[in-house]
Amino acid sequence: MEVVQMQRGLVDYTKTLFMECFLDAQFLQLQQLQDESNPDFVFEVVSLFFDDSEKLLNDLSMALDQPSVDFKKVDAHVHQLKGSSSSIGAQRVKDACVTFRNFCEEQNIEATLRCLQQVKHEYYLVKNKLETLLRLEQQIVAAGGSIPMIEMGFLKTINMKGKHDSGVVYTVETYGVFCDSTSIRSL
Amino acid sequence: MKFSCGRGAMSITSSSAAWKPTDVVADQFPAGLRVLVVDDDPTCLMILEKMLRTCLYEVTKCNRAETALSILRENKNGFDIVISDVHMPDMDGFKLLEHIGLEMDLPVIMMSADDGKHVVMKGVTHGACDYLIKPVRIEALKNIWQHVVRKRKNEWKDFEQSGSVEEGDRQPKQSEDADYSSSANEGNWRGSKKRKDDEEETDERDDTSTLKKPRVVWSVELHQQFVAAVNQLGIDKAVPKKILELMNVPGLTRENVASHLQKYRLYLRRLSGVSQHQSNLNPPFISPQDSTFGPLSSLNGLDLQALAATGQLPTQSFARLQAAGLGRPTAKSSIPMTLVDQRNIFSFENPKLRFGEGQQQQQHMNNKQQINLLNGIPTNMEPRQLASLQHGGQSIGNMNMQVASHGAQNNQNNSLLMQMGQPQSRGQILGDTTVSHSPRRPSSMGQPILSNGMAANVASRNGIPETIGATSYNPVSQATSTLNFPMNHASELPGNSFPLGSTPGISSFSSKGTFQEDVSSEIKGSGGFMPSYVKFNDLSQHKPQNWELQNVGMTFNFPQHSSSLQSNLMQSVLVQQGSSGQMNGHNRSSAVVSRAMFSAGDIKEHGNAQNVNQHLNNLVDNIIRVKSEGVFDTSPGNLFPVHFGQEDLMGALLKQQDSIAPTENEFDFDGYSKDNIPV
Repeated sequence: MEVVQMQRGLVDYTKTLFMECFLDAQFLQLQQLQDESNPDFVFEVVSLFFDDSEKLLNDLSMALDQPSVDFKKVDAHVHQLKGSSSSIGAQRVKDACVTFRNFCEEQNIEATLRCLQQVKHEYYLVKNKLETLLRLEQQIVAAGGSIPMIEMGFLKTINMKGKHDSGVVYTVETYGVFCDSTSIRSL
Repeated sequence: MKFSCGRGAMSITSSSAAWKPTDVVADQFPAGLRVLVVDDDPTCLMILEKMLRTCLYEVTKCNRAETALSILRENKNGFDIVISDVHMPDMDGFKLLEHIGLEMDLPVIMMSADDGKHVVMKGVTHGACDYLIKPVRIEALKNIWQHVVRKRKNEWKDFEQSGSVEEGDRQPKQSEDADYSSSANEGNWRGSKKRKDDEEETDERDDTSTLKKPRVVWSVELHQQFVAAVNQLGIDKAVPKKILELMNVPGLTRENVASHLQKYRLYLRRLSGVSQHQSNLNPPFISPQDSTFGPLSSLNGLDLQALAATGQLPTQSFARLQAAGLGRPTAKSSIPMTLVDQRNIFSFENPKLRFGEGQQQQQHMNNKQQINLLNGIPTNMEPRQLASLQHGGQSIGNMNMQVASHGAQNNQNNSLLMQMGQPQSRGQILGDTTVSHSPRRPSSMGQPILSNGMAANVASRNGIPETIGATSYNPVSQATSTLNFPMNHASELPGNSFPLGSTPGISSFSSKGTFQEDVSSEIKGSGGFMPSYVKFNDLSQHKPQNWELQNVGMTFNFPQHSSSLQSNLMQSVLVQQGSSGQMNGHNRSSAVVSRAMFSAGDIKEHGNAQNVNQHLNNLVDNIIRVKSEGVFDTSPGNLFPVHFGQEDLMGALLKQQDSIAPTENEFDFDGYSKDNIPV
């Protein structure tokens, strides 16, 4: 059935995102927060993240463009971006922010400019991925299907960089709530 | 993650104004926990809100610290716990933490993407009850209710520890413990006390926990002997051993003298540091919230020392409270000291009163539970803290805390909390309030002192009222007794009557006779610092600023705990003082009762302690009546007079004041002019 295929495609796509570290377990948390009473939660949060990040990136560009760079301000912006990207689960963006902050501490202008480019790059990548993901989900829902969740076993196999505990938790929760579709289980 | 009950479940519990430990049903709790989340990052905010909702908590979100503070202030008892981000553009998260701790004494959880050790340490030292690293998982949020329970549990424990262990108190506590205790909690109440200054905590805890013996009541005469001995030796050369020898009082130990001396020294330091009550009080305690934090730290240091000396005040709390409440520059350690003293006085008074009331106490006991609801009222305040409060303006806030913490004085603690909020300047008022509190006691003097302390506390803590009020309410019924308490229980109150003897103000009190007694009894350890007396005078001047008085009354209401009634009274008075200051008698609910108490206190301030006493008595009666009528009906949140509109308090006070012609200030208040204290 087409819906099933779409679901399978979605799951595969999501898995690759995890494996390539575009997304991490935190994104799963977001997905789990979505329910019938709030069916567009992920979409809303991700949109919010996009708006906020773009603003931050603009501020960062401006701040680093000054003749005399205020590194404190730059660091504050990067910290903010780090926080929101980690809350979304955009792992690579977060990692890029961490590097960025280190160079901010050193007050190294060239390095920070490079970091900014790196962060921007990662951001646009993950933005692209997330938009694709959301689009796939919308298609499934439009076709009458339900959005499948990534099974726990899969998550556990991925090295989540210290989020092992959350992986365990996911197991408990996800199984109870989400794994109700046989097609998904077979994945 | 998903709770079995649907989203609708949230509304069920959210309707209750505050959850009482006893009310919380095992199967419902922690659903309905009222959480305020503050974060400038909209993404995180939205995620957190959703997660908390999923946990069936009642969530309010805001993206600015200032907004959060005003929400909290408007709705004193409206929240159980606060979650705040560390890095925010308008206000540092730690500053917000301090404010909340001082004003509302709610458990605060900090969170940040920053997991550096120093930042986490900062959270701990500033009193955060937990620190979450972003990204926050829902599992971490599921258990935040433990902090609320722990805090309440500790408050109860403090009451117990204060020495007055009453059956009634014990039982509800035990039952509560049975419901909510967890292994984490059990071993941890000490840790949860971290909210209050660590130093203070340690000191107090040791005192209360290790010393279950009856406290020495520093009666006026005893204090005078002490002062005489100190003067004879010279303040610099006065060592406890020699003082003890000179005093030649059987049964008095060197330790008693030592602690009393500490408080006395703080008191003196405060006096010398406070040339003008305004200048002293205001700057140190009250500063715009934002600005105060800077000095707070310094103050805290100072306060800590003072407190450490007295072993009571959580300097930080005081400083913050003061800063927060008064909006004056906090930083002055000198003031905190005095406040502390006053607080002690209060604390003493409160517990005393309570006992006297007996029956009332029973009521309080019942109320206790309600009091617990007082969200985050730092019941940990030890009586000593109160004393320390007297010392410093800041201490006022502390005093509240102290009062609250007097274990025995559970009630008081709450009140103390309120008081904490009040900046030291309030402390003066507190003194007054205390006076008012002891309407029962013939010696009005005692009361004024308390009120001073309380007022001070009250003033500083505008934000506190809510929490305090709740607690104070219970004492309301008792409060009346409490009011009298300071006065009445001269013998009972361990209070140090420092103020009585040493300072000129005190002497004036002594002339009052009754008052002195009260004072001494009230002032547990702080030894009745004069400041409180002085404050009293000032308070009278500050009629409009009766907030302090008002609060005082309120705080007294609070002392519900049996044993700690006395201290509670003080605390409650103090607390109320603080809160009333802010409220200005607006809160009608239980606050009214407390307010009435304040009024009495106010009146007393005006100078004629004795007259005041009478008035207070009347007031107390009225209050009690009022209280019985409406106070207890109010939801737990309302119990605490703190919530009361300040207008109500003010009204009550003013009414009282009108009835009681303010007598000339008998106390020579050397530094505190009430007028100057910005309400």
